[in-house]
Order: sequence, then C-alpha cells, then structure tokens
Amino acid sequence: MKKKNLAALLMAGAMSFSLLAGCSSGGGEASTPPASQPGAQASQPAGNDGNGGEAVTIKVGGIGPTTGNNAQYGTATQWGAEIAVDEINAKNGPIKLELQYEDDTGVADTAVAAYNSLKDWAKDAPLVIYGCTTTQPCVAVASETFADRYFQLTPSASSPDVTNGKDNVFQMCFTDPGQGNAAAEYLKSAGLGTKIGVIYNNGDPYSTGIAEAFIAKAKEVGLEVVATSTYPEDTTTDYTVQLNACKDAGADLVFLPIYYTPASLILAQAKQMDYAPIFFGGDGMDGMLDMKGFDKSLAEGLLLMTPFNAAGTDERTKTFVETYQAAHEILPNQFAADGYDCMYAIYEACCQIDGIADMDSAQLCDALSALFTGGQFSVDGLTGSGMKWLTTGEVSKAPVVVKVEGGVYVTQ
Amino acid sequence: MSFLNNVITGVSLGSIYAIIALGYTMVYGIAKMLNFAHGDVIMVGAYVCFFAMGSFNLPPVAGVLLAVAVCTVLGITIERLAYKPLRSAPSLAVLITAIGVSYLLQNSAQLLWGADTKTFRPLVEGSLVLVPGQLSISYVAVLSIVCCVVVMIALTLFTGQTKMGKAMRACSEDKAAAQLMGIDVNATISMTFAIGSALAAVAGALMCSAYPVLSPTTGSMPGIRAFTAAVFGGIGSIPGALLGGILLGVIETFAKAYISTDLSDAVVFAVLIIVLLVRPAGLMGKYVPEKV
Repeated sequence: MKKKNLAALLMAGAMSFSLLAGCSSGGGEASTPPASQPGAQASQPAGNDGNGGEAVTIKVGGIGPTTGNNAQYGTATQWGAEIAVDEINAKNGPIKLELQYEDDTGVADTAVAAYNSLKDWAKDAPLVIYGCTTTQPCVAVASETFADRYFQLTPSASSPDVTNGKDNVFQMCFTDPGQGNAAAEYLKSAGLGTKIGVIYNNGDPYSTGIAEAFIAKAKEVGLEVVATSTYPEDTTTDYTVQLNACKDAGADLVFLPIYYTPASLILAQAKQMDYAPIFFGGDGMDGMLDMKGFDKSLAEGLLLMTPFNAAGTDERTKTFVETYQAAHEILPNQFAADGYDCMYAIYEACCQIDGIADMDSAQLCDALSALFTGGQFSVDGLTGSGMKWLTTGEVSKAPVVVKVEGGVYVTQ
Repeated sequence: MSFLNNVITGVSLGSIYAIIALGYTMVYGIAKMLNFAHGDVIMVGAYVCFFAMGSFNLPPVAGVLLAVAVCTVLGITIERLAYKPLRSAPSLAVLITAIGVSYLLQNSAQLLWGADTKTFRPLVEGSLVLVPGQLSISYVAVLSIVCCVVVMIALTLFTGQTKMGKAMRACSEDKAAAQLMGIDVNATISMTFAIGSALAAVAGALMCSAYPVLSPTTGSMPGIRAFTAAVFGGIGSIPGALLGGILLGVIETFAKAYISTDLSDAVVFAVLIIVLLVRPAGLMGKYVPEKV
C-alpha cells in the first residue's frame, strides 16, 4: 500500500515537473550569462582623433534578448542601433554615442541584472538606457530607471504599462491600444471589411491590448465585428476552430493582432479549409516573410500595419538596408528600424540640450524628458517623419499599412 | 457539418499525440522511466528532416529516414550517457536528469539553428475533399492516422512475438530476474530507446507537416500533451497510447469548439483527472497491485 502511494506521489510530481518544464521553456531560458556582445564597432572610443573638438560622449546602455526565444527581436534592435551609432559618430558632431548592449534573454530578472551591470559600466559618465526590447523586462527596468533617474527610450516594448506613471520612459513604437485604434480607423476610412472577425491570443498583453482597443474603436466608428475568437498561448498549433467561428459568422475580413508564427499557421489552415477573407494584422506580423521555408503565396494579399518597409525606396531606408544586409546577411525588420530611430532621437535631443557636458545622468534625464514632452522636439526616422512624443511617453506618428504583393511589402 | 469538421480536426490532432505517446509508453513500459526529453528528440527529428528536405533537397522519404537514423543514434547516446549510470539510482534522480536532457537539447538546438521560427514543408500536400467546400481531410492527417495504426500494430507484434520483444517484456516485469535468465538488460533498454527515438523522428516529421512551424521549443508542448495522452490511455500500454492520443485530440477540439477556447486545456485535464479517479491505471493500463 505504501509503495502504491509513493508511486502516485511520483506520478503527481512528474506531472507538475512536466508542466514546469513546459512553462519555463516558453520564457526563453538560454541561461548564457549576459554576454556583453562585442558591440565593438559601436563602442570605439569617440573623439580621440581631435576632429570633433570637445565632443561630448553619451553612454547608451542597451538591453534586449540576444539569446533565447526572443533573440531575433533583441539582436535586431541591437544591430539597428549599432548602425545608427556608427553613422552618428562618423559625423563628428557635438555629441558622440557609445553603445553597450546587454542580453536579458527576454526575462525580467535578467533585464534588471543587465541594467545594473550597465550602471557599473557607465560609472559616473552620463548614461541613457535604450531598451528593453520586450514588454515584461521593460516594465521591470522602467521602474528601476524611474527611481534612479535615468532617461529610458524603448524601441519596441509597446504596452502602456511601460510608460504608465513614469515621466522618464518613452516609446519608439506604437502602444498596443494605439495600434488597435489606428487599425479600426484605417479599415473604416479604407472601406474594407463589412463583417469583421477577430482572432487573438488572450494570454498575451500585446495581443489583448490591441484587440480590445480595436473592438471598442470598431463599435465607435460603426464597423461590424461578427466574431471574436481567442486562443490561450502562442504554442497553440490548431486554429481551425477559431477560423471556423469566423467563417460561420460570415466574416470577410479577419483581424489578427498577433505574432507572425501563429499567424503563419492560421494562414495555412485557412487555405486548407478554403476560407479566403482579407487578413489584416498588426506589427507583430512583420517578419513572416523572412521565416525560413515559408510559402510566401500564403501571405499574398495580407495587410499589415508596420512602421517600416525594408523595400522602401527613400535614400535613408536604402542605405540602412544595404548596410544592415552587408553586416548581417539578413533584411532588417521593424525592430532594427526602431532601434536605429531610437539612437537618432537620443542624438538629436542631446544636441539640443545646453550645457550637456556638465550634466550627470539624473540631470540629463530631466533635461531629455522635458525636451521630449515639450511639444517642440520632433525627429525624422525610418519609422516615421516628424515623430513627437506625448506627455504619457507614447509616440505620435502616422501608421503605415502595407500589403503583401508578390512576396514583398507594398505601402498602401 | 461543423461537427464532422471538428471530429476530423480532433482525430488528426489526436493521431499526432498518439504517435508521440507511443514513444513515451514504450520507454516507460520497459525501462520504467519517464523520458521527458522525448519531446525534444521530436524537435531534433523535425530539424533534421527540415534541413534534409530544405537544404539538401532530399525527397521526403529520405528526409524522414535520415531523421530516424539521427534520432536513433541520439536516443541511444542519451540513454548511455545520461540514464545508464543512474540505473540503480532512485527514479526521482532519473526524472530530473531527463528534464535536464530536455533543456540541453532545447538550448543546443537554439545555439545550432537559432531561435527564429522556421516553416516546415509538409511531407505531403493537399487534402482529400469529402464534401466540396465544406468537408475535407488533409493528406497529412490521413498519413499520420495510417502511420499511427501501423506503428501500433507493429509494436504490438514486436513485443508479443519476437525474441527481442519478449526480452523487453521480461525486463519490464522484473529486471533482476530477466538478468538471471540470461537477458542482456542494458542492450534491451538501449533497444527500447532506439525504437522510441525512431518513433520520435517520425512523429516530428508528421507533426511539423500538420502544423508547419519549427523552433527549438516545438517539441515541449506536444511532448507534455502526448505524455498526458499516454497516462490517459494507460502508460505502458501500446493500444492505450493510441486510444489516449485520439481521445485527447478529440476532447481538446470539442472543448475548444463547444465550451471555450480558453478553457480547453482545463477541460482536457479535468477529464484526465476523472478518468484516473475511476481507473487509476488509465483506460487500458494494467493495474498491478504491489505486495508490500
């Protein structure tokens, strides 16, 4: 009898272990120590050639996942920023930037540890925090920088929680509700979709944030949402039930405020069941065309809102894409472009601050925050021109909608 | 019609769970250990198949065979290096080791192949249309159901009829006695791992054909589901794994369709708990009372 109980206990233990294993593997576990990536080309000692005169060097501490499940996002924000820093330092302007990038593996605790090592790296020199790439680590780091008074600009953490109640934290990307509102307004003005279905991940704040704002805004502007269907996590593989719900409700447009991996499965499964509505996604959809082995014909006609189009024809985008491709052999995505823009925003803001040479990090933080929220400061970048910031820390720029045609983005 | 569609979805999903569960149940039934790295061997198999078909342009059959070969070697290696030294250790130690191996495989895959998601090209494309525009079943689903049944029958015959199979059953019943009867227990257990891992490779290729995304953590969730399926059907029982897998897939799909997409996992596990309360050894498991 005793043995049987033991076996039962073991079994229960085994089950909970298996669950644990499952949960944590979702979080991006690669326990490589926060390797200071050799951001060598970015962190050359600035101004040693004398050309820059009394150029002031601002230290920029970047945080994002360069290993783990979200590595592709973190490395993109790192590489994009490195290109901008190289360009800026080559200008020999009044400000030089020195970028040090730390890995947070997409985990909040690690991000705070990375932040602490960046503070040690900067010592007493003025430091600006660039990051984090993903929302949860960013929220954790933001409350630290708020208390310690460091200026923080995130390329891609889109939740309102990141900036909420913190006067020192700003975003380069749209907030989630902002994106949902913009999506509904775009559909209304473009006259797309008489009956709309929404499929979103209700275990993910990004997806839920966009979806809820979208549904509310859709009602306000008079769009008809006929089906709302959810799934609990991005490891879900079967979406036929959700697609059937949209199909049965007669939706001719399906809004997918989700990441591209589940979206690619949804597109494939919709094709398999002969369901061909217009699919419309948020910026999380960006990257789908670069998935190795992805059948691009599945995405034909897909509409998505992304702040950056690598096929863009303006000079700055072309140079950026060429430099990025030469260095890393892949096309830059919006994360890289957001990162690039962050560096320019920091640079141009620093150029406008008087007496920056004598400031410490806290004074710089106050000066930069005041400038960003002052209403006069605006930056032109790859992800928008005339970008301004609201007092909430939210960015204000025009959304861009692209359509996939022949396997490339065409701006609408 | 939507009911039939849900049945088809459920059975296709279930057949994938079943084929993974067969690997779990084989190893548990004979080596009496829970090989949590099984899900990750599936992932490795899928990657091998992906690169064989994508980078070397091998035909799907060759890709699967290569994946089977690599996974078999991997399975035997893992068993030799990680589990064999723990043969007489408490089962909790082996369990923790298995979890460790699982992470090792995931992180190695991330280092080797990157964290980005890859799209798997299905082994077979298209679907069999039953009612045009309304009811169809993909060839991948047909293939996985057929594979599942074939593997189940083959394994049942193998363990029942062949000499090696009999040795396996003997080890399963009593390792010490089997050794006294002249059975090489270590070789038998290695053989079990080889079979389990070969099945994992097939499961990986089929799973990624049905749901064509591939990343280093691809195997972990289906691995846990399949483990549940194996327990549901009666762990150690070969037909039980098939039944458990199919039922799990159908229950999951029905729960999603008729109850709530968010609660589907809760429903699946609630059913599992009820089944285990009524039949502690699972649907088809043998309940062996142990004398103290």
